[in-house]
This record gives sequence, C-alpha cells and structure tokens, in this order.
Amino acid sequence: MARAATTTDAFNAIAESRRRQILDVLAAGERDVTELGTALDLPQPLVSKHLRVLREVGLVEVREDGRHRRYRLNAASLKPVSDWLRGYERLWSARLDRLENVLEELRETEQGK
Amino acid sequence: MTAPTSSGAAVVTLPTDTQILITREFAVPRHLVFRAWTTPELVRRWWHADRGEVTAAEIDLRVGGRWRFAMVTPSGFEVAFSGEYREIVPDERLVWTETYERMPDAETVQTMTLTVTGGRTTMTILAEHPSRQVRDAVLESGMEAGLQDALRLLERAAETLR
Repeated sequence: MARAATTTDAFNAIAESRRRQILDVLAAGERDVTELGTALDLPQPLVSKHLRVLREVGLVEVREDGRHRRYRLNAASLKPVSDWLRGYERLWSARLDRLENVLEELRETEQGK
Repeated sequence: MTAPTSSGAAVVTLPTDTQILITREFAVPRHLVFRAWTTPELVRRWWHADRGEVTAAEIDLRVGGRWRFAMVTPSGFEVAFSGEYREIVPDERLVWTETYERMPDAETVQTMTLTVTGGRTTMTILAEHPSRQVRDAVLESGMEAGLQDALRLLERAAETLR
C-alpha cells in the first residue's frame, strides 16, 4: 500500500496492535497519557509515541484541560476502515443469503419425503 | 445491497492480525449446511454471491483431495480459488487450504465449524492467513466486489428508466 492518502495512513496506524488497544480504551471516553499507560500497562513515553501517530492521521484528538492534555477518539476517521470491512461483509452476506435459499429448499425436500 | 433475512446477515470480525471470522446462523439442521458446501451442483447455486456465474465447482471430498471453485462476473472478470481438504468431520467440521489463483503464493487455512443451538445451526468460518498483508488483500478484494455490486445496482436502476 502506498503511503499517500490519509485513509491509507489510518490503515497503517491501526495495523499496530498497541495502537488499536489505545483506540479501544479511548472508545470508552477521554483519557490522559497516565491513565492510558496504566490501563494498558505501558510506559508513558511509548504511549506518547503511539498517540502521536494516531493524532497525525486524525484518529485521535487532543484537548487541553488545565495542565493536562486529554485524548479522545475521533470515530468519524474510522469510517474508511469500517467501509473496507463492510465490503467484504456484503460479499459474504450475499453469498450466504443465497446459501440460505438453497438450504431452505433442501429442508423442504427432506421434509416432503 | 442485501436485505436482512430471518436468520440474520453474515457477521465478519477480525480476531487477530492474520484472521477473518465469518459467522452466520441458519434455521436448518447442520447436515444440510455441510451438504451444501460439499456438493458441486449445490455450490454452483450459492457461491456466486449474486456477482456472476459459477463456472467451476470441483470437489474431491477426502483428506488430501483437491477442490476448485471459480466464477465469472458479467464484465468478464474471472476469479478462482482452489486448495485441498485437510480434515473432514461430516456435518460438524471441515478444514481446507485455499489459494486465490491470482495470488498463488498465499495459502490460507479455513476451518468451518457447524454447531447446533435450539434447532438452529451456527456456521463459523475462521480463515487463517500467512500474514497480515495477505489478510488485508483478501479484505480489499471484498471492497472491489462491493464496488461491482454498486455498479450493477446503478445499471439496474438505469434499465428501469428506459
């Protein structure tokens, strides 16, 4: 994948499992670096590094709260990722709906015996 | 786009970086689901996913036996998958290898499990890919298909305007 569009960068950003864990925690609400470090049992500098990547691609937003910086998930930026999965899901939904039609017919034939 | 059915639509999740899990419930006994997956003339009737016509459904149902499914879309795009059966537990479990013939180096292992709850059958298909890159490429192919789906809907809409 070329690193050109923002969308692509979002894919790269969530390819890292620690960053997905951070997004999972932020999905529950705003957190600061210390809280994130505690929740994920990670050293703060590492959390900050991941947060920087997530902010660069717009997956996470920051808010100044006195002396704290609080981070939150920007759910809208995950849409391209979820669309990507939905395409595959639509393929399989269509396929398995057709399978269901065949199954219903098989069941009727079997019951008719 | 497919309307939801009585048994619910397919749910796709990504349990790990290299896996895809598909889950779907059917209101029929599980031996019928197993039969529909392992009988060529039945596979021909559903595997196309409304995206074309199945042109090959070859099944040699024994451990080490080969299988091959292919379809062609209305625009002439041909997709083919093939592999071999690894484990066969009639009506319960089927394990096979699968290769998309345009990506011959990337073999995935698929495990289908059929479980019964209250007269209904839950089918799960867990696909284990050799790497995250391959897994993601497989998911992207779905987006391609989704796009074709949208184009076909447009075509249909255009036809009604004639």
